[in-house]
Amino acid sequence: MSNENSDNKVNGVSRRAVLAGGTALTASLFMPKNLRAQDFATADINTTGLAVTDDTVTIGILHSVTGTMAISETGSVQAEKLAIEQINAQGGILGRKIEYIQEDGASDWPTFAEKARKLLVNDKVASVMGCWTSASRKAVLPVFEQHNGFLYYPTFYEGLEQSPNVIYTGQEATQQIIAGLDWVNQTKGAKSFYLLGSDYIWPRTSNKIARKHIENFMEDCKVVGEEYYPLGHTQFNSVINKIRLRKPDVIYAIVVGGSNVAFYKQLKAAGIDPTEEGPIVLTISVTEDEIRGIGGENIEGSYACMKYFQSLENENNIAFVKAFKEMWGEDIVIGDVTQAAYLGPWLWKAAVEKAGSFDVDKVREASPGIELTTAPEGYVKVHENHHLWSKTRVGRAQADGQYEVVFETAELVEPDPFPEGYQ
Amino acid sequence: MQSSAFMSRKEIIGFAILAALIFLVLPAVLDNFRLNLFGKYLTYAFVAVGLALCWGAGGILSLGQGVFFGLGGYCMAMFLKLEASTPENTAIQSTPGIPDFMDWNQLTELPWWWEPFYSLPLALLAVVAVPVMFAFVIGVAMFTRRVGGVYFAIITQAFAAIMTILIIGQQGYTGGVNGITDLRTLMGWDIRTDEAKTILYFVNGALLFAVLLIAQYVRKSKLGRLLIAMRDQEDRVRFSGYNVANFKIFIFCLGAAFAGIGGAMFTLQVGFMSPTLVGIVPSIEMVIFCAVGGRLSILGAVYGALLVNWAKTSLSESFPELWLLGLGGLFIAVVMFFPNGLAGVWSEKIEPRLLALFSKKKPDTSAPDGAPAE
Repeated sequence: MSNENSDNKVNGVSRRAVLAGGTALTASLFMPKNLRAQDFATADINTTGLAVTDDTVTIGILHSVTGTMAISETGSVQAEKLAIEQINAQGGILGRKIEYIQEDGASDWPTFAEKARKLLVNDKVASVMGCWTSASRKAVLPVFEQHNGFLYYPTFYEGLEQSPNVIYTGQEATQQIIAGLDWVNQTKGAKSFYLLGSDYIWPRTSNKIARKHIENFMEDCKVVGEEYYPLGHTQFNSVINKIRLRKPDVIYAIVVGGSNVAFYKQLKAAGIDPTEEGPIVLTISVTEDEIRGIGGENIEGSYACMKYFQSLENENNIAFVKAFKEMWGEDIVIGDVTQAAYLGPWLWKAAVEKAGSFDVDKVREASPGIELTTAPEGYVKVHENHHLWSKTRVGRAQADGQYEVVFETAELVEPDPFPEGYQ
Repeated sequence: MQSSAFMSRKEIIGFAILAALIFLVLPAVLDNFRLNLFGKYLTYAFVAVGLALCWGAGGILSLGQGVFFGLGGYCMAMFLKLEASTPENTAIQSTPGIPDFMDWNQLTELPWWWEPFYSLPLALLAVVAVPVMFAFVIGVAMFTRRVGGVYFAIITQAFAAIMTILIIGQQGYTGGVNGITDLRTLMGWDIRTDEAKTILYFVNGALLFAVLLIAQYVRKSKLGRLLIAMRDQEDRVRFSGYNVANFKIFIFCLGAAFAGIGGAMFTLQVGFMSPTLVGIVPSIEMVIFCAVGGRLSILGAVYGALLVNWAKTSLSESFPELWLLGLGGLFIAVVMFFPNGLAGVWSEKIEPRLLALFSKKKPDTSAPDGAPAE
């Protein structure tokens, strides 16, 4: 990752190399000179017995490809495989090709823990790209800490965690919430908010932060309602009636999974059309992936607060979307988490090269300060607290299932997993 | 056949083979990681043995055994969580000294019903007592009203669903979807190390044998014979003057106690407890373990739990995207071709041939004994 121009060139070549079958010859032509395998004796760069040979390094991919979460996690698996292929086409890491062992977490948290232990203890993988739900991360966390593994976790999540064995490539709650609330207040003049969400830790923590911000940091603003529904809930008529009664300026929705489909359809059926902005619908839980289930026409006009949208118009992203579609099919969509998952292998590569070693302790030490100029979302940087500095963006849902980006923060937003004044 | 004795010779051999497998063969051939996995599988065997008694002998099909497994597991997890949540470990929280998930849910003090779980003896008692009490309430409500068969199965399944919803909904008190995670020590003993996992495996194996011996005793007692009589002709037993409901309640509570112990061992070996182990799907899986092993045989139930879980692990490692189909195929094949499960295969196919081979006389086809053919 030197400067932007040369990286783009390398990326362009790598895509063709992927298509051409990624021959070693093509790759080696473009491999930076200082990163040939023979320059790094395996014994020196791997002192802890990880799965590193003279020409390969093995990592793990641990997501659900079966069960209820498969629909969400498949995008992450695809993104990680794409990143691995591209890195290999560039010559790999320290001259070593990445090989991966994929395990299925099966949407089941004990299985995640079992497979994590298998990857770390049996397979000795050098790092793991994986997990999606907080529950699965919580299940594997003790395993990673005990066996000193290194996990790249892609999902936006509730924060309140900072493990030395995890790099969080998604945004923690404050990064996703605060800028969006300020935006809707300043540009739309919104003063009253109705918070609702699915009933588990992420929506609850997110709404807690939203409420504190609205009540303590936004002038004359108030929360007029806050409600939670079980996962999989499909009857939102009572809350929609309350919303009509209390007339909030903003419906702040953190509904997840299949419930989204019912929620947006019922909202529309009840005559609340997001395109009319009375009230404004603002969500942090609907990416392009979810819109495929909801239907663009049902959610059109709603706003979502994310760090990445497929429609971002920068060179990195255009190249990324193209490569992604070439690998996985033309009609695929890319959501926020998929992009964050794509960052995992690249961030790990950069950290390993900075450390000059695959040893987890050295990679951990090297990780803070790692920059990625080639990220589809733009420039990102790893913070001391293992989360990423990244921008917050607001997009408006379109009938075709894509978001139109209407706002982005001028600066990168600092990650703050334990926000003071928001507890 | 000496049916009045505690064990026939064949059963002694069966127990000895299983003991050799669990205590000698598996520890000798498996590395630490795989041994721990088999330890986890064996915790399901507790439930399967209980089911072999309730369902196989007593004819009571419960699709809610996950509830008891989960209650036992949660009782253990609550103790471990309190031990892990010292004020020093949780200094970063708004209220140090309470479990982290309570803090995230804006609780500022420990709920009163968590207090007993500071004590290990009380927690261990609760591991058995809470599932039993729960089973007793369900049992009294159902069996004294003569609810049985399919209706009972459906109601237990509903309990599994209710329990999951309750745990997820009350996340401030239960940890919600995430469950109770990040468990570290048991009375200062780190349960996460390889050494601890090996010790726990053997403790688990010993407890399983204790449970198996109790189950064997019940089966051979007058109670066991009454159960089978009830399964086959409930009214006749009732007309003979027995209170059928009481026997059913007892065996159902016994199954719940077994499941609770299994759940507690699961928590200790896996390091967390979550509502995914309480709901309908795991409850049905537990019935599958029992069916594959042979619901008439308590030893078969153990093998069923081991085989199905081992297949689950190895199929999903080799075929991460197709393994569920393989597992489904295995289950269908067993049910279609071997309706009495592995134990049936053993007693009907393998054992007679072995006998023929060794004794060089005609196999005694009249009493295949792997399953209690009373």
